Amino acid sequence: MKTIKTCATALISALLVFSPVAYADKWSDQFPHIKATGDIPGECSYESMSKKNYKGKTLKINTHAVPVMGEPTALHAEQFAKLTGAKVDVTHTPAGDLYAKAMVPFQAGQAPYDIVFGFSNFINDWKRYLEPVPKKYVEMKQMQDVTPSHIGIASWDGVMYQFPVDGDRHYLKYRKDVIDNPKYQKKYKADTGKELRVPQTWKEYGEMAAYFNGWDWDGDGEKEYGSAEVMKKDDLMYAAFYSRSAAYSKNPKTPGGFFFDLKTMKPLINNPGFVEALTDWVAATKYVPPGGINFGLGDEIGSFGGGQTLFSFSWDDAFVAAMQPDSPINNKVGAAQLPGAMKVWNRTTNSWDEGFNQAPFFVWGWAVGVAKKSKEKEMAFDYLCFFANEANHQADIGIGRFGVNPFRNDDFKADVWTQIGWDKDIAQSYVDTLAQMEESKNRVFPLRVPGTFEFNAALATAAAKALAGQLSPQAALDEAAKQWEDILNRVGKDNVRAAYSVGVAMEDNKL
Amino acid sequence: MNFKHKYVFLFPGLFVLIGILIFPIIFTIRLSLSGWNSYTPEMNFIGITNYLRLFTDDPRFWESFFRLSFLSVTTVILQYIIGFALALIVWREIKFKRFFRVIFLIPMMTTPVIMTVIWRTFFHESLGPVNDLLGNLGVKPILWLSDPVIAKFTVIIVEVWQWTPFMFLLLLAGLLSLPKEPFLAAAIDGASPFRKFVYVTFPLMAPISIGAIIIRLIEASKIMDTVFVLTSGGPGTATETSSFYIYIKGLREFQMGYAATLSFTYLVIMIISLTIIAKVLTKLMIKE
Repeated sequence: MKTIKTCATALISALLVFSPVAYADKWSDQFPHIKATGDIPGECSYESMSKKNYKGKTLKINTHAVPVMGEPTALHAEQFAKLTGAKVDVTHTPAGDLYAKAMVPFQAGQAPYDIVFGFSNFINDWKRYLEPVPKKYVEMKQMQDVTPSHIGIASWDGVMYQFPVDGDRHYLKYRKDVIDNPKYQKKYKADTGKELRVPQTWKEYGEMAAYFNGWDWDGDGEKEYGSAEVMKKDDLMYAAFYSRSAAYSKNPKTPGGFFFDLKTMKPLINNPGFVEALTDWVAATKYVPPGGINFGLGDEIGSFGGGQTLFSFSWDDAFVAAMQPDSPINNKVGAAQLPGAMKVWNRTTNSWDEGFNQAPFFVWGWAVGVAKKSKEKEMAFDYLCFFANEANHQADIGIGRFGVNPFRNDDFKADVWTQIGWDKDIAQSYVDTLAQMEESKNRVFPLRVPGTFEFNAALATAAAKALAGQLSPQAALDEAAKQWEDILNRVGKDNVRAAYSVGVAMEDNKL
Repeated sequence: MNFKHKYVFLFPGLFVLIGILIFPIIFTIRLSLSGWNSYTPEMNFIGITNYLRLFTDDPRFWESFFRLSFLSVTTVILQYIIGFALALIVWREIKFKRFFRVIFLIPMMTTPVIMTVIWRTFFHESLGPVNDLLGNLGVKPILWLSDPVIAKFTVIIVEVWQWTPFMFLLLLAGLLSLPKEPFLAAAIDGASPFRKFVYVTFPLMAPISIGAIIIRLIEASKIMDTVFVLTSGGPGTATETSSFYIYIKGLREFQMGYAATLSFTYLVIMIISLTIIAKVLTKLMIKE
């Protein structure tokens, strides 16, 4: 009898350890969002938060509209309220208004929100109004797992102002069922004389996208197209342009600035590298779906995630959305680093350096901070810490619409993704892509200087004019460079240089 | 009774007027003389620097202004013609007159932003039903929102659809208030319907028409929501209007001082141009 009892106990213990049901605990019973992992012990776990008492206090949060970032904010607010007794008011704001909605009260010396969500490139403008993340959070275990790149993005001169909740970079997404398909590889070779493979350069990307544009290559009765890209002027398109420009303009032999020459502060955005990228991009208007020139991020996610295009490149969301179980292209997509180029502009010699060049773009992403004037700072940081605790984070990164993407070393393990139903090779290619970007020594970081919005808007307007055929690529970028000079004069070259030098140090691997 | 006491009763109205009209204008003028932006958040005094920038180094504002002029004049002319025609139809004794009057007013009762989202879905070039229908008829997809020229006409279509009912309502009210005698006299003289319209209806409607056109021009010159939702000013800057440009400078790029300069200049231009338009229309349409 004793033997049977022992065996039964061992069997139950084994089940608890190895099966998914094993993760069920009292917290996942109450909060099904973390049913896959249960609560994970830590300073900001469900268990830890349940010991806090914020009854009678109100936390006010301004976040993005539902679902991207808005949905997880509201979900974790509800959980936090249940655990701590706090009242949490969440306001949802469209992306374009997040900056102004926080900035107006900041400048007026008010704090209508304790927590403000925005983008990581707001940091230079916002940092004087944000409370630095207290030491106890910076030193806690969950923060130690954040990659150095994302610690750098959330910090300014070694001080962390934004609490890491998201990690962003641009990379290539492609239809694996086409690119790896022997039938199409043979056909492509026969028709073009070239190999069908994951595009190594933007030129290859363009050739393949043009070839697979406007016909039904997946047999669903609908036409498919070459590429879905963010081309809409006021919808983050400048980030897409920087992604396309990095390979042509980020030369590891010429440190000291990608957007400006740090020494002279001369804008570099109209040099031949950027012009080449914009010329490629104008050509891309021929292989995007009809209306693709007006695609914002949501359209891009919907288009690639819905199986309409062969390629796409931007944030993780489109890839994660494509990999969700209800997606028509679930487990039919692959990830790779952004394409490179067979030449890169050398601004020192004023000529092209021949040879393969690749430069990952660590684009800005979601960021969040606590207002310096907030009267509930402790509760606010506890909320953010809870938002990003291990259990919530693991659940959030698997839901494409949440917009929460990998930024911790643990996220770069394939197991995290196979557990939520991804094929092993896809999960591996995904984490390899992200890890390679982290390891790259030729990275581009977003522009984080005073007047960032003005610089990016001027660039976006010029690029949009080129895409619409209103100006040639060179004329458009000359116009943008002229406007950048004007902005520099208004803001002050030294102010911009001082801020830009922080980003350049990161790009030049000095931080 | 002290005669001066009557001014006490004016104070509430005066306070409201100062609060909601005079103060904002004065504040805007002061703001326009400052360099308030995201990196200099203060009401410093920079003189007429912003105005110099506007008049010497900002062709985009003037392009957006001329684009706005084209869009607002075109949409208002079309709204006037269509609205007048619809008003004439239901002014006459026809079957289901009340039903048509209500039907014609429906677009105006809908929320512009929501309707524009629906129009954007209709005109979506790869997923929208309009190109799908045209495709069934053998017509190639039309780049409703991606072609710089066609996109302008798409904005016009949406604006005309949304606001023609307003013109219809004003003109119908005008038609219903016209005296009957001139029409009886024209009938006795055997005037044809066309001559009746040209020599009786249209002249009698002139004052109301001018009022309706001016009201609509004022509204059309503020066009923002349709452009914002439908095209975001694109492709390129093909549909960017003054108000949208001011919004970008003020609330996207946070150049508050410069946006105030644009707003005040725009206000002055609109006051002058609408006054001239009203005088010209009066001269053209009302014969002494």
